Amino acid sequence: MSAILLHPDDTILVVTAALAPGDTVLIDDTPSVIQTPIGVGHKIARQPLAAGETVIKYGAPIGSMTASAGRAEHVHLHNMKSDYIASHLRDTLDRSPS
Amino acid sequence: MISAWLRDDGRKGIRNVVAVAYLVECAHHVARRIVDKTDDADVHLIGFPGCYPNSYADTVMKAIATHPNVGGLVIVSLGCESFNREGLAAVAAASGRPVETLVIQQNGGTAATIAAGLAAVARVKTIADAGPRGPMAPSELVIGTICGGSDGTSGITANPAVGRAFDRFVAEGATCIFEETGELVGCETIMADRALTPELGAALVASVEKAERYYTVLGFGSFAPGNAEGGLTTQEEKSMGAYSKSGSSPISGIVKPGDIPPSPGLYLLDVVPDGEPRFGFPNISDNAEIVELIACGAHVTLFTTGRGSVVGSAISPVIKICANPETARNLAGDMDINAGRIIEGLATIGDVGDEIYERTIAVAEGARSVSEALGHREFILTYKTFEPVGPACLPRRAAA
Repeated sequence: MSAILLHPDDTILVVTAALAPGDTVLIDDTPSVIQTPIGVGHKIARQPLAAGETVIKYGAPIGSMTASAGRAEHVHLHNMKSDYIASHLRDTLDRSPS
Repeated sequence: MISAWLRDDGRKGIRNVVAVAYLVECAHHVARRIVDKTDDADVHLIGFPGCYPNSYADTVMKAIATHPNVGGLVIVSLGCESFNREGLAAVAAASGRPVETLVIQQNGGTAATIAAGLAAVARVKTIADAGPRGPMAPSELVIGTICGGSDGTSGITANPAVGRAFDRFVAEGATCIFEETGELVGCETIMADRALTPELGAALVASVEKAERYYTVLGFGSFAPGNAEGGLTTQEEKSMGAYSKSGSSPISGIVKPGDIPPSPGLYLLDVVPDGEPRFGFPNISDNAEIVELIACGAHVTLFTTGRGSVVGSAISPVIKICANPETARNLAGDMDINAGRIIEGLATIGDVGDEIYERTIAVAEGARSVSEALGHREFILTYKTFEPVGPACLPRRAAA
């Protein structure tokens, strides 16, 4: 099993072994095909997620979708954000106006 | 059986370190040379870089000079800095520890002070090594925990496993401390439900709200680029994973850097400064938090990492628990425990929790942790401002 459900209320699963395009994961007993490479510790959608929808992990809200994601799609910075404080990357200072 | 060093204040140490403390960056080189030339696993460099006075730094240095793992102190001052060297020496001496002070400007400069420092360390160490020993129960341990270089595996392997070990230690009457309120943003209400009293619950929520305000003003959360590379997307997601290090015991109180928990139990260390943001980020790197845990009396720190931190610490050993099985293979020589086995189906959270418990006892009995054996002795202390904790923060003390 290469993606695990941490809590019954969760809307995402956590990847436990690196996934490559074409790999199949079981989500709620239904096979789903992975489209992009996804590393250990990353999240995939348990169900289709709409922009604005709250993401649930550990049974608790961990942020909101900024774009939609299909089932088994990677859920990360490109389609979700914090509801508290924005996350930053290594090139954040280069990208922000000074 | 833990054979501890017995201190005059009744506390017990699992190490007998001679600390060499520089009181301003200008004295750092001399102090470092003294420590390097002494080349003794139990002679450690600590210090404060600033020339301006700061009561937080004064409090932390005094707390560390009188930490049960410290057997003696050598102070290295340039001479003109603001740090109150006499005050620090007096507190160390009053605690029954041997202490010597070297002032570079009064001692003929760099080479002469290094030579004098080597002799001072030897004298202090001889006295410290002759100190009394006695048995120590696991219930007398103070154990801190921190996560660094977290990733998406941290919150499902190493962190909950430390939580299990914490539950076992708290049940046995030990004192456990978790920290970094900036990494509890999003967990404040579920955490408050575990407080000993409703007033403490409100104080726990307030401490996290303070952290959120502080980090918002500074413009960055407690979130590093590597967290995102490892699969964590938001501050609150990282927080939920970090929070699981605290286990499930009731929360007995809130302490601030330099406060010794007044009775056994589980405590939150509030590391975010009080008042308007003044001196920058609450903790500029993980070792700043480890130093604060030690200032609260931690004998040992349980450090979970997903991306792979390699640090240790001066004064109190750091035990490394690796969350990610890939990192555990890549950095095998830096880790004490591989909690990544949990997601590979090779161990349960309970198994790894027991392994952390046993490793903690072994390190308390004298076994060198991996970072300790590798010579890691990191230490960092910078400027902060704190108000004393309020009566709601320590309900047992308030009731006594």
